[in-house]
Amino acid sequence: MLTLADLRYGEGAFSLSANLALAPGRRVAIIGPSGAGKSTLLDLIAGFRLPERGRLSWRGEDITRAAPDRRPVAMLFQENNLFPHLTLARNLGLALRPDGRRLGASEAAAVEEALERVGLAGLGGRRPGALSGGQQSRAALARVLLQKRPVIALDEPFAALGPALKVEMLELVRTVAAELGALVLLVSHDPQDAQRFAEEVVLVAEGVAHPPVETATLFNDPPEALRRYLGS
Amino acid sequence: MAAALTSLRWRSALPAALAATAVALLTLAPVAAVLLRAGGWGQLGAGDWQALRFTLLQAVLSGALSVALAVPVARALARRRFPGRGVLVALMGAPFILPVIVAVLGLIAVFGQNGLVNAVLRGLGLPGMTIYGMHGVVMAHVFFNLPLAVRLLLQGWLSIPAERFRLAASLGLNPWATFRVLEAPMLLRIAPGAFAVIFVICLSSFAVALTLGGGPRATTVELAIYQAVRFDFDLGRAALLSVIQLGLALAAGLVALRLGAGTGFGAGLDRVQQRWDGQGALARICDGLWVALAAAFLLTPLLLVVLRGLPGLLLLGPSTWQAAGHSVSVALASTALCIAWALPLSTRGGELVGLAGIALSPLVLGTGLFLIVRPYANPLTLALPVTALVNALVSLPFALRILRPEAETIRADYARLSQALGLTPLAWLRLVLLPRLRRPLGFAAGLAAALSMGDLGVVVLFADPDRATLPLQVYGLMGSYRMEAAAGAALLLLVLSFGAFWLFDRGGRVNADAG
Repeated sequence: MLTLADLRYGEGAFSLSANLALAPGRRVAIIGPSGAGKSTLLDLIAGFRLPERGRLSWRGEDITRAAPDRRPVAMLFQENNLFPHLTLARNLGLALRPDGRRLGASEAAAVEEALERVGLAGLGGRRPGALSGGQQSRAALARVLLQKRPVIALDEPFAALGPALKVEMLELVRTVAAELGALVLLVSHDPQDAQRFAEEVVLVAEGVAHPPVETATLFNDPPEALRRYLGS
Repeated sequence: MAAALTSLRWRSALPAALAATAVALLTLAPVAAVLLRAGGWGQLGAGDWQALRFTLLQAVLSGALSVALAVPVARALARRRFPGRGVLVALMGAPFILPVIVAVLGLIAVFGQNGLVNAVLRGLGLPGMTIYGMHGVVMAHVFFNLPLAVRLLLQGWLSIPAERFRLAASLGLNPWATFRVLEAPMLLRIAPGAFAVIFVICLSSFAVALTLGGGPRATTVELAIYQAVRFDFDLGRAALLSVIQLGLALAAGLVALRLGAGTGFGAGLDRVQQRWDGQGALARICDGLWVALAAAFLLTPLLLVVLRGLPGLLLLGPSTWQAAGHSVSVALASTALCIAWALPLSTRGGELVGLAGIALSPLVLGTGLFLIVRPYANPLTLALPVTALVNALVSLPFALRILRPEAETIRADYARLSQALGLTPLAWLRLVLLPRLRRPLGFAAGLAAALSMGDLGVVVLFADPDRATLPLQVYGLMGSYRMEAAAGAALLLLVLSFGAFWLFDRGGRVNADAG
């Protein structure tokens, strides 16, 4: 389980508290009004922000203060998921060799295979600028495959893509996550994403990240906070 | 993000702390040495007070003249379109990396005893002029700083929204009214800052005063420091003069910071304003004359350096080539040091540390280092390393001004991704920071190399003939009236300075096709 025990984070007037647990291998959407703290919640889990108090643990192991790369989390950001001056192969290689040295033969083969899995076979020599937006997202997902982390955190990485492309990417995320058996945390401001993709939903509203609820249950009988957000 | 980037902070904190400590030590230790060694005020003679007065007076005149002359030139450049305008605006940036001694030789070729102007005056049966003394010093300062003032004012002009001029035209304002409503307020905002910057630059003028000034009537404090060290070997008085120079520069620097002329490196000056006023024949002719005069004043000396230097190239002796070798080594070492400092310090706090280099004049730093080194070694043998070191410190603020904005953008964009991947500090430097910083890095290295190549400052304090750099060699040749050889060496220096800048700057651009 990924457990957030009495976690609290504050920054000026903004505050967020969370007391919940997420099961391995599930697909979880994090939804709520903008500014409520969806991305902050993800940052706390991925280690880009540290909580004021509380405890974060993965399978019983305390990771509250661990550095981002020492956590079981692979993250896709809203932007800047690839270094634009490096080729795809170099970008992906960094997941295997964070010291930036040249890859061994087996590692290079793994990179090529990951590219193949996301439909970018043979494009390892290209730079991100030479790819379409959808292809760049695919490349970033290929790196997630290589990172082999049990938690995948997505901070609206597909927000800039068209609706059809976004559906396609979420399909790919589903495949990748299934292959890794990973817990997926998808931040989205679009309730449809949640209904289409997620088995469970974490609602973040009014300074609280609520425990996960089955997607269907939640949308069939929305609690007050969600109803206000959906405007129904 | 307060607690967010802890681990990356930690990684970059150590090099930054080391670099900041080194800069602080190397600037504060000479200052401390100077303060400790400074004798009582009674040591200062009438000549020293005269030097202080002259320093202030020439700086006021240089600043005022540069800004006053820049107004019509910048106005003409802002509202006229003509072939070569872009080149001219770009050339206005060149004096920054032009070695002082080269410009001085060029000015002597125009205004000196056997120069163009005197030839014309003689032809007309008029009395000749001399370039030596206060007016020569001020003229050289205007030569260097008029372009800077023009660029600053041009930026001001181009910052006036085009809609305002359109409105003025539709209201039918006459040129005088347009000036009062639109241009005068801008000038009142920009000109004081431009004056202050040039005033501060001229306060620590050394090489110009060394070559065109001198004597009781035209000695700056910086020149007096040099004379106290080299001619009188009165280190106590030199230290005291250094304290005065330090006080001057700090006070003026603080004032200049408050007036705050945004002295960026001015991108986007190649635009032309669409204007509806000043289309009359008289206005056109006036603008044309101002631009032509400014171009002639700035380009003729350079042209003469090239023309007179070409035959002189054949006269270059082994000592000149040796000096050129020294200059190249000093410039490379100084550039490497400057960049090695600038990379970890390219943050807001780091830029403040780097400012120390601007507040301290090279001669003050040099005097302090001279005092520190002397008990342990003969300072003359350390001339070249000390020159490289001081040049690096002096270039550091410029390098930081160029690198910091881009470096901060790179950190903001890629620190999280790098952390998520757990990039090692070396991989971050090698794979992310350096490649993405290439362009500004090349530009900064080019400036540092050219500044160091042309420097005629601290090296004069330390060097003996065996350890001369090329600028010092040119100065020596001039002193022994071997003007042809001096012209040749000056041309070589010009080529080396501009060549070093071009090579580094281009190195940053070639293949920098990152998307």
